[in-house]
Amino acid sequence: MSTADIFAILRGLPWTVALTLGAFLAGAILGIPLVAARQSRILPLRLAAMVFIQIVRGIPPILWLFIIFFGLGMSVFPISPFNAALAGLGLIAAANMAEIYRGALASIHFGQWEASSALNLGRWSTLTDVVAPQAFRVALPSAASYLIGLMKETAVASTIGVSELAFQGNQLSQLTFRGLEVFALVGMFYILLSLPVAWLSRVADGYLQAKVAR
Amino acid sequence: MLPNYEELSAWLPDLLSGLSISLQVTALSLLIGIPFGLLLALGVLAKSRLTKALALFLVEVGRGAPALVLLQFIYFGLPTSGLTLGSFTAAVIALAWNTGAYTSEIIRASLQSIPHGQREAAVAIGLNRLDALRYVLLPQGLRVALPALLAFSILIFQGTSLCFTIALPELVSRAYEIGSNTFRYFPALLAAGVLYASISIPAALLVSHVEKRAGSYAQR
Repeated sequence: MSTADIFAILRGLPWTVALTLGAFLAGAILGIPLVAARQSRILPLRLAAMVFIQIVRGIPPILWLFIIFFGLGMSVFPISPFNAALAGLGLIAAANMAEIYRGALASIHFGQWEASSALNLGRWSTLTDVVAPQAFRVALPSAASYLIGLMKETAVASTIGVSELAFQGNQLSQLTFRGLEVFALVGMFYILLSLPVAWLSRVADGYLQAKVAR
Repeated sequence: MLPNYEELSAWLPDLLSGLSISLQVTALSLLIGIPFGLLLALGVLAKSRLTKALALFLVEVGRGAPALVLLQFIYFGLPTSGLTLGSFTAAVIALAWNTGAYTSEIIRASLQSIPHGQREAAVAIGLNRLDALRYVLLPQGLRVALPALLAFSILIFQGTSLCFTIALPELVSRAYEIGSNTFRYFPALLAAGVLYASISIPAALLVSHVEKRAGSYAQR
């Protein structure tokens, strides 16, 4: 492996990072209204959110990207590979983040809700001042490991032609016929990328965990 | 946008045989991968440094690298070292490795969740290490691990869709092929999506049911 080959693969790195962060951000934001709907008192809304989450999670990511890129892109509106991947992975991330938020909310001791109502806090300020800050801390480790999972999931974007790490690896292996080294290197880059996230999550978790009421 | 009846009846045999390949790959990957995961879990817990290092390496690579890259490494990479595999074999090996790496962590965590007294009691009644594992630790540990293993099985079933990239004629490949032949991408892919969902959604509901029932064993 020459350094030129390594740089050829690394050209995919910005795309992998952009796709991961973009989809995660979209998921983290869209997951909030989704979990709100999932926990709503209104039955149709709750059912709709449940069905939506199940359907999104029930279909593999690669198929979502194909449905958006080939299915919608060819017949309804033209869409670039990157935007299609971002939309597809963002959709999946939203459903998964909603489930992570739901788990975190469920882990908050019901005494916290009771104490808030004893203090005569409204539903909204109970949520924003008491429950959400604690739920955020509980959700952090699962969200971080989901971020790592999502980073690996972005590899499927290579199938619709987003020139990220796996795509560059594929190109290079076809060019040089040295698939063994190339794919080993690509795999290593993904592992290296996940290390800082895992480390940050552990640091943040140690720092924030102390502030959750048990 | 939606497939009409004639299209569906023309496509369905093709899609279903694709689904059957996806299910075969899933079943074989789990059948090989979960015992492999058990071996890896025992390897990581082993006292021997060499075993531990080897098991850790296999686990970290199998979990850290995307399944897609594992697949391509085995299908496109190994031939350059002289070992050529069919796409079905390559798919099973890659996904079994992936399964082994993930399930080893699940199994290890559940083995470690067993109270230490159980191990001591097994020693006290004179069981050797293997018997202690077989009769005392594994029956309890696997019961704790079951919901997580089932949940992971759904992910592996969905993961078989990645085999599209190594030209395995599974469900996504069939749908894509129909799409490129008829230029009816959306209906064909949608039909494949419905087939995936019709297996993974009931399976997910089953898993959450098992999770609730197993909760009484897991919480001690």
